[in-house]
Amino acid sequence: MSMTVVDTPGHGHHGHDPNQQHHFASMAQQFDSAKIGMWLFLATEILLFGGLFVGYGIMQGQHAEAFKSAHHHLDKRLGFLNTVVLLVSSWTMVMAVYSASVNKRKATVILLIITLLCAGTFMVVKYFEYSHKIHDGLLPGKYFSYKGPHLERERMFFSFYFMMTGLHGIHVLLGMVAISWLIFRANRGDFSSSWYTPVDLVGLYWHLVDLIWIYLFPLLYLIQ
Amino acid sequence: MSAHEHDHASSHGDHHGPKNPPRVFTAVLIALLILTFITVGASYVNFGSDSVNVVIALTIATIKASLVALFFMHLKYDKPVNALIAVSGFLFLGLFLLFPLIDFESRMDADDPAYQSKPAAIAPTAPAAPQH
Amino acid sequence: MGHVVSAPGKTAAESPRPQKNYLNEQSGLWSWLTTVDHKRIGIMYLIGIAIAFLLGGLMALLVRLTLLTPDHKIFGSSTPILSAEAYNQVFTLHGAIMVFLFIIPSVPAALGNFVLPLMLGAKDVAFPRLNLVSWYIYVIGAIMAVASILLGGIDTGWTFYTPYSTTTGGAVTLMTMAAFVLGFSSIFTGINFIATVHKLRAPGMGWFQMPLFVWGIYSTAIIQVLATPVLGITLVLLALERVFNVGIFDARLGGDPVLFQHFFWFYSHPAVYIMILPGMAIISELMPTFSRKTIFGYRAIAFSSIAIALISFIVWGHHMFVSGQSQMASVIFSFLTFLVAIPSGIKVLNWVATMYKGNVSLEAPMLYAISFLLLFSIGGLTGLFLGALSTDVHLTDTYFIVAHFHYVMMGGTVIAFIGGLHYWWPKMTGRMYNEFWAKVACALTFIGFNMTFLTQFFLGSQGMPRRYYNYLDQFQPLHAFSTFGSWVLGLGLFITAGCLLASLRKPYDAPDNPWGGTTLEWATQSPPITHNFEGQPVLEREPYDYRPVGAKVGH
Repeated sequence: MSMTVVDTPGHGHHGHDPNQQHHFASMAQQFDSAKIGMWLFLATEILLFGGLFVGYGIMQGQHAEAFKSAHHHLDKRLGFLNTVVLLVSSWTMVMAVYSASVNKRKATVILLIITLLCAGTFMVVKYFEYSHKIHDGLLPGKYFSYKGPHLERERMFFSFYFMMTGLHGIHVLLGMVAISWLIFRANRGDFSSSWYTPVDLVGLYWHLVDLIWIYLFPLLYLIQ
Repeated sequence: MSAHEHDHASSHGDHHGPKNPPRVFTAVLIALLILTFITVGASYVNFGSDSVNVVIALTIATIKASLVALFFMHLKYDKPVNALIAVSGFLFLGLFLLFPLIDFESRMDADDPAYQSKPAAIAPTAPAAPQH
Repeated sequence: MGHVVSAPGKTAAESPRPQKNYLNEQSGLWSWLTTVDHKRIGIMYLIGIAIAFLLGGLMALLVRLTLLTPDHKIFGSSTPILSAEAYNQVFTLHGAIMVFLFIIPSVPAALGNFVLPLMLGAKDVAFPRLNLVSWYIYVIGAIMAVASILLGGIDTGWTFYTPYSTTTGGAVTLMTMAAFVLGFSSIFTGINFIATVHKLRAPGMGWFQMPLFVWGIYSTAIIQVLATPVLGITLVLLALERVFNVGIFDARLGGDPVLFQHFFWFYSHPAVYIMILPGMAIISELMPTFSRKTIFGYRAIAFSSIAIALISFIVWGHHMFVSGQSQMASVIFSFLTFLVAIPSGIKVLNWVATMYKGNVSLEAPMLYAISFLLLFSIGGLTGLFLGALSTDVHLTDTYFIVAHFHYVMMGGTVIAFIGGLHYWWPKMTGRMYNEFWAKVACALTFIGFNMTFLTQFFLGSQGMPRRYYNYLDQFQPLHAFSTFGSWVLGLGLFITAGCLLASLRKPYDAPDNPWGGTTLEWATQSPPITHNFEGQPVLEREPYDYRPVGAKVGH
């Protein structure tokens, strides 16, 4: 047993992509691991939101009339607008991932900036929707103070509305932070066709945020 | 370094994407937008029962979500393990919804006359017959 | 006894010590707090859970002492040992600390972190930095949990049932947030292990050449990833209920308290298997090593781990038979519950069959493994009483269930954990513990455990409710016997701790492979070097192959 540190193949970075971590044998192995890790994380996100969806599903079944009546307070047009905005941002995101994978640095940066702007637009629209609700007293739980005619359990609908869109909004904000970080790195030239894992992973996250909204939109805005 | 199972020159060597990615992704976006129009339109139509509307809305949402997962999230071209993880997430969410639904749907309905008559049956004056 | 690997540059079984290893290559507190080495993180987890176990254990002793006499006084003192309020808080914290701070991270995060990459022949887990982050999250969660004791305490029981938990005072919100944070620690560990098992196996190691410990930890990780997020959202909903009265769990506002129980048990029943599967995983290592015999039914054990993980998601309603859920749901859940007995039974059969005609040697780890077999069988079989709808209605919320889950959690997981700790102690620390004192401690723990908890089956079946401060005089003899047992049990555990810690004063004296194990962690030095192996080990033989080198390999 030698006392020296043995420089065996695999550690040390000689002849390796500088982005390769020492405990991986190849870039492909590292990339596949990152992908699996990200998908596992997305599965936890599905189940995290899932709790709210299950609660909504059960309570909607219990108070169908109240939920139906409450959803008229939401503006379908704004919900539709936000859906379109998020879908477009998903497209720019997937195009950004593609651009990064074919070494189109400038296109990557521009597409990411558009994605960020879409996310910002989404939040601004959300802000107007929230302000309107707050003004009318359509608030969750004990803060519900709506004066107009309404069914008693509409309060429950707005609890769900704020919890679900709130949790989703937090995810949009976190996504905006991540996309900003990508813009910075992409602009610096960190990504190339041999390594663009962060773009790919943030892309997956962003599509999940979109995917959750795809369900939130009909459940909250369109139920009859 | 004979190393682990995969040894590709490029990290994305086994990454089989679509032939013309921009075109495919744009087509998917258009499909998503059309489906959004349809689902909004359907919400204005009365199909006779509220649950029909919900089923239509959720079916369209699921088609849209599948498009996003398959194309934007690359599951169609990716290693199967990632699709397995994604499907597991939804599958277990399904179980999470299923059992509480069974519980709530099979509980005694509070408006059911049989249920309403129960308090009388267990009132002190009532005969002490075994009740269920 | 053949080496299963060819590790270049490594021939001598004994090497001059001290040598360079992961413990001494860097030193100082800072090098530990910033490490991304899975072995050091495993040790850091071990320290964390040891403190939690000590805290939770002392609380358990205090609870038992309070129950020694019906008036809660001893030695003629005029005041009770604990007031009723303090008693409620102490048993709640005992449960919450033991579940969230000790058992859940015990085997996976402490032993698993250390052993799993070694067993796979990997240099580290897939995401070393995430691994360190998960440890810090664990520490933050632990601090929040301890803070909730100081800021008013909680008296809800570890299950936080509504409506009591949404209306009682104290630091319930802080405690639920602590559990929320700890959940993320658990999720990150799970993500890390799944990715590691998928991508970092040594060349030559297919899925069915993995040690069974890895299969067990992998199954556990599946549950950690798929169930824990639901606990997270449940606890957030509970906190929102307290802060905003959102009403989902409040019948007055159109909600339903039983829905909380669905949410809670969707996580917490699978969590029971987060606790027991790793214990089973350890036993699957100990049995072949100390029987000098190939494991019986390798694939059956591997698949039963996965089966237990999957079935665990569809049986949670058996915690709710008297909650007011519909009878239809109760019947379905009761039926499904019996399915769990099948893979559990398969495992027990295979372990016993492994010992049959083996060359069994009774070192301390094996004594723990045999204890596990006995205690887990009792715990598992009494579970069937509780899964059966009709008997459960009688036994719900009595000491019977307390005894049952202690037989599974403590007699199962904790005993397996201590056995595993002895087994890998030479690998982790480079020192052999004192075999004599380890055996004495094992015997005391086994006797004390049975005195404490076997008694409680009788208490429960006679109708003594769990969690009650007061009890009828007629239960006093059994309560007192249980309390005496807890002292024996406590003594056994303290001797175990002393025996292990005392070994640290010695110089390195552990051989690389003290037990003649065949899995890869024994192919490197004790304690391992920072990068685990010199060069990439290549798997050349099946796991648990105890035939001499040169014998024909095949099934």
